[in-house]
Amino acid sequence: MAWQGKILSVDLSAGTVATEPLNMEWAHDFLGERGLGTKYLIENMDPAADALSPENALVFATGPLTGTMASTSGRYAVITKGPLTDAIACSNSGGKFGAELKFAGYDLLLIKGRASEPVYLLIEDGEVQILSAGDIWGTTVWHTEEWLKSHHQNPSIKVASIGVAGERGVRYAAIVNDLHRAAGRSGVGAVMGSKNLKAIAVRGTRGVTVKDPKRFMAEVASTNRLLAENKGRAGLTKYGTNAMMDVMQEFGGLPTRNFKEVQFEGYDKVDAKAMHRVGRDGHRNLITNKACFGCTIACGRIAHIHKDHFTIINRKEYWHASGGLEYETAFAFGPVVGVDDIDACTFAGYMMNEHGMDPISFGVTLAAAMELFELGLITSEETDGIELRFGNAEALTVMAEKTGKYEGFGEVLALGAKRLCEKYGRPELAMVVKGQEFAGYDSRAMPGMGLGYATSNRGACHLKHDTFAEDMADQSASGKAVPCKESQDRTALVDSTGLCLFTTSSWGMEEFSQLLDAACEGEWTVDRVLVVGERVWNLERQFNLAAGLSAADDTLPPRMLSDPVPSGVAAGRVNELDKMLPEYYDARGWTDSGEPTSETLSRLGLGTV
Amino acid sequence: MFRSLLIDPEKCTGCLQCELACSFEHEGVFNPARSRIKVFEFEHGRRSVPYTCTQCDEAWCLNACPVAAIEIDAATGAKTVNELSCVGCKACTVACPFGTINFNPVSGKVDKCDLCAGNPQCVEACPTAAITYVDADWTGMEKMRQSATLALSGT
Repeated sequence: MAWQGKILSVDLSAGTVATEPLNMEWAHDFLGERGLGTKYLIENMDPAADALSPENALVFATGPLTGTMASTSGRYAVITKGPLTDAIACSNSGGKFGAELKFAGYDLLLIKGRASEPVYLLIEDGEVQILSAGDIWGTTVWHTEEWLKSHHQNPSIKVASIGVAGERGVRYAAIVNDLHRAAGRSGVGAVMGSKNLKAIAVRGTRGVTVKDPKRFMAEVASTNRLLAENKGRAGLTKYGTNAMMDVMQEFGGLPTRNFKEVQFEGYDKVDAKAMHRVGRDGHRNLITNKACFGCTIACGRIAHIHKDHFTIINRKEYWHASGGLEYETAFAFGPVVGVDDIDACTFAGYMMNEHGMDPISFGVTLAAAMELFELGLITSEETDGIELRFGNAEALTVMAEKTGKYEGFGEVLALGAKRLCEKYGRPELAMVVKGQEFAGYDSRAMPGMGLGYATSNRGACHLKHDTFAEDMADQSASGKAVPCKESQDRTALVDSTGLCLFTTSSWGMEEFSQLLDAACEGEWTVDRVLVVGERVWNLERQFNLAAGLSAADDTLPPRMLSDPVPSGVAAGRVNELDKMLPEYYDARGWTDSGEPTSETLSRLGLGTV
Repeated sequence: MFRSLLIDPEKCTGCLQCELACSFEHEGVFNPARSRIKVFEFEHGRRSVPYTCTQCDEAWCLNACPVAAIEIDAATGAKTVNELSCVGCKACTVACPFGTINFNPVSGKVDKCDLCAGNPQCVEACPTAAITYVDADWTGMEKMRQSATLALSGT
């Protein structure tokens, strides 16, 4: 019930596939998706292995609520060791692929080894084949998806695939499903490429059942009503996540020109209102909103680029609508690179989806390259004649495409900010934690965000904790550690259910507990689900410690720790991580060196890794 | 008075709650592959269009069925499949001009929309009112009202 009770194990080196029973003991301890996927990863590889070696494993995991009628039930997560961070990578995605995998009868897909030639995996219910990807290797995500549906004469097939970026090892390559949804962060696409695995095509016609259908439907109705009546949800539906840009501009937390500034003069040309504005020739960037599988929020954006824009004027193949800007893409192609051209930003977004890359990491890497260029450390001879200056929209769009195709200076941008800045001798200019680029929030103005970035198991990330309310209320370092820890645990739980974090605009742990309790065997009280969340967080930490990371990696770039924030509500502040971190370790039940104590591990029922 | 499903693709977000509700109502499981209403996507998700049986008055499926397995629900006017009679010959799937009656390989019978005996679950589930259940003789009412608004703004 809720779980399908089966996993698909694929050994690409041996060319074999096997259906195995789901380990229900692990499912009861780690639930699904992020948590269960992490457990399967740890049990199937050595955390010290090279992320791009055949010894790394790649897990696609659904949750027990994936494919059910609970709102936002389309989520799946990709869990592996990441080549950007050499830490645990856990990237989740919406669209329809995750639910389809579940409908094919599998909770989880475990991929090991490396194929000798490029291959793709075709899953049709219980029938699984490893097939040659000779015809699609070297092509884009968009082409791959179209080719697979056409080649197998089945438009209902759902596809998760990589572009050339993943094939060639761009450190922040993404896995893209359903054309414009992505397991975006931490370079999971590069791991897929290192395994010579181009795509996973899946068609599922088996249903998902739940423990108590009548009660489950009642819980679905009441939780859907909470979403329907919630103002935050209504904002997401109408404006998408990019409504955040105006908030961050006003507050002074909008990363601008590689985090040198926190307010961007051109913000209102790339914000949600700009997407809604009717401009030249009656053109409006935003066409409509769009839902992932099962989602009653529909925060996704479908947009298009003005046909006369320099990016597409002679390129009819981009005259169609596709996935539009959300806050993180808007920040990463807008303020942080100083660009205020909404069509250029939208085109850069197309490039990320078509070639399979993380927009956050690309944008922040390009921002670092622009700072190095303006310092004279990178010259236009290296950049194929492009002036990599802040505000240059052409630099953004040309480099997005070059990186996606792994050409010219794109091969250098493919390194990510950390390795790029090290290459040019200025490592302090990389806005990263554990090698992963910052999201669209300047942590000096938002200390809880700073602590969240510093302690996130996958490197800098805005989606693994939620101290937004605390940061808005007070920009000092006090009182951030406990909310950070507790929200990390809650987030780890939500990420393990198969549902989307954006439901938390309207739902608390009570709602998740009720949905799980109606769907899954066993009793799922609020206390139990909270322990699951904390257990998942600690398991990820154990992976990282075994991979060779330590408390020294729980830090922030010098710009955050030493350079006072220049303007906004928090003007003059820096991140006081030294005040927050000991309090955080204490709240976690970890030692001063950031390791879970034996009491903590035993309380959570975790062994040693 | 009979009522009809009225579909407004402009309001559809492509969430598939209708497909989930339909499969749950008829099969007791969540399984879009077994839904009798389907949402089709065009141009990278620019358009999402739900489509299902329009309950033809003179139904091709009913007329094509060699064993009289397609019946009329007197309360709703829905053309329904009598599973006891259906032999799975699929003649109706050939006859239907809209493709909205389909073979179910699990049951060996055909499936189509039966209007859930007058309480269509797709309508209940739709979060944006893209699918509504309205008087069958006034499915054009909303479009007519919008046209009237245009006429008003012209005066």
